[in-house]
Amino acid sequence: MSEPASDLRLRERSVLRESPGPTERNVVRALKPRKQEERRVNGQAVLLEGLSKSFGRRHVLSRLNLEIPAGQLLAIVGRSGCGKSTLLRLIAGLDRSSSGTISVGGAEVNSLQSNVRLLFQDARLLPWHRVISNVGIARAKNWRDSAAAALADVGLADRANDWPAVLSGGQAQRVALARALVSRPGVLLLDEPFGALDALTRTEMHRLLERIWHEHGFTTVLITHDVAEAVALADRVIVLRDGGIALDIPIDLHRPRRGPADTSAVAFQARILNEV
Amino acid sequence: MTVGSETARKKDVLMAIRPAQTRSATALTFIASWALPLGLLVVWEIASRSGVLSTRLLPAPSAVAAAFAESVRNGTLPTNAAISTERALKGLAIGGGIGFVLGIFAGISRLIEVVFDSSMQMLRNVPHLAIIPLVILWFGIGEEAKIFLVAIGTAFPLYLNTFHGIRTIDVRLIEMARVYGLGRLALFWRVILPGALPSILIGLRFSLGIMWLTLIVAETISSTSGIGYMTMNAREFLQTDVVVLGVIVYALLGKLADTITRLIEARALAWHPAYRLNATREATS
Repeated sequence: MSEPASDLRLRERSVLRESPGPTERNVVRALKPRKQEERRVNGQAVLLEGLSKSFGRRHVLSRLNLEIPAGQLLAIVGRSGCGKSTLLRLIAGLDRSSSGTISVGGAEVNSLQSNVRLLFQDARLLPWHRVISNVGIARAKNWRDSAAAALADVGLADRANDWPAVLSGGQAQRVALARALVSRPGVLLLDEPFGALDALTRTEMHRLLERIWHEHGFTTVLITHDVAEAVALADRVIVLRDGGIALDIPIDLHRPRRGPADTSAVAFQARILNEV
Repeated sequence: MTVGSETARKKDVLMAIRPAQTRSATALTFIASWALPLGLLVVWEIASRSGVLSTRLLPAPSAVAAAFAESVRNGTLPTNAAISTERALKGLAIGGGIGFVLGIFAGISRLIEVVFDSSMQMLRNVPHLAIIPLVILWFGIGEEAKIFLVAIGTAFPLYLNTFHGIRTIDVRLIEMARVYGLGRLALFWRVILPGALPSILIGLRFSLGIMWLTLIVAETISSTSGIGYMTMNAREFLQTDVVVLGVIVYALLGKLADTITRLIEARALAWHPAYRLNATREATS
């Protein structure tokens, strides 16, 4: 990681300290009631201005404006083909936009970013590397130690020397999460990472993501077509429709959330479903 | 027969059907895989001794064994086998090496594919043994001719399978590697090469088969040493036992090469669920 990036990150953190948003405060109160200042916000703000993307004549995104504050957990909901995956690939720097700008932590995104990590729907582990070598794939300095720490963080320390082929779907996805965490990213992008998992494993993964997000404080953009998942996890939900934002609402529910049993969550879900 | 032994026998059969796990099942698989060749040998020996099979056409296995002992004693077999093996490996190293490197470059570069691939596809359909007269004109009957032929024969399977292996790598893994900032070299060593390796090793096995085939033909036609020469020479003196011995030596050398590749596969593809069990079982049996 380059020096300017960590400088930016420090600056962001201090800005957030001065004026924590209402959602931010809720999260902190719910999880660590007494030590309010302890939640580290290492995340970087993401800013999209006039973002458009078209493939040939088909306009997938048209003049999208979106500001994601540092440390926020944003969920993007929409029908398949609404451009949510495209949006994520643009933020990750995997694709180039047709027009408009994207900036992460104040710096414009033109190519792949080392401070932005993307978690795919499938785990995409290299089958010929053992779990620990997959986690430390970037082979940064002392990668073994940081990879072991990241694995312990997702509760798979004992699987470090297994082949990916013997892992279950949920475990593979946890390894992929550990791989994303190794470099301590400022932004974590999740492209329906829990879509292929069974309901029980998915709930487990929700809890894990929520805990890790809270500990690391990265900015998170979660793409999902599951409205319940969005409401269960996010600080804020956006509905993407016809290449634009159809709905943008904060989810100010206390954490940890109780999932579908929560009546206010159901109200949020109904509101979002109306717009999808 | 008692009921007890009947159920015991059934159990044995079941164990043989299931993957070899227990010692008795392993032994049973071993016996089963050797029963046919050993049985044939016994029938052959009986046929020769009783005079049904003329020893001029096909010598008895015992005569072949005697020829083996004699050729080992006077050193003709070890010397010729060593010469043949050396030619085979030299040809494979040159031809296989060229095929592998070209396959890699054509696999990762569209430009090199355009330049080389159609020519390779054309050349690969020419039976390489058809150019033996030309090769003799070029190189005479020296070592170069045989090594050249083996090199030509082994280059194509390795080229094709290396190319195919690289082109069928999961693009999603390559995309993932890009997201995680892998450079070109790291991408090659950690994603492309290991991903293509199963296919490359299949190419190697094809090449090994062609390697022995080409060498036999080349040594039979024009040579003054090697197993092929040994058998051709024996034909002149109607030593059918030595001819059969030569054939058996080729079979054993081929089997040895195949076993070595299987061991390489079991080691290099240990991550691959399909190779892990089969390869080790094959290699030990």
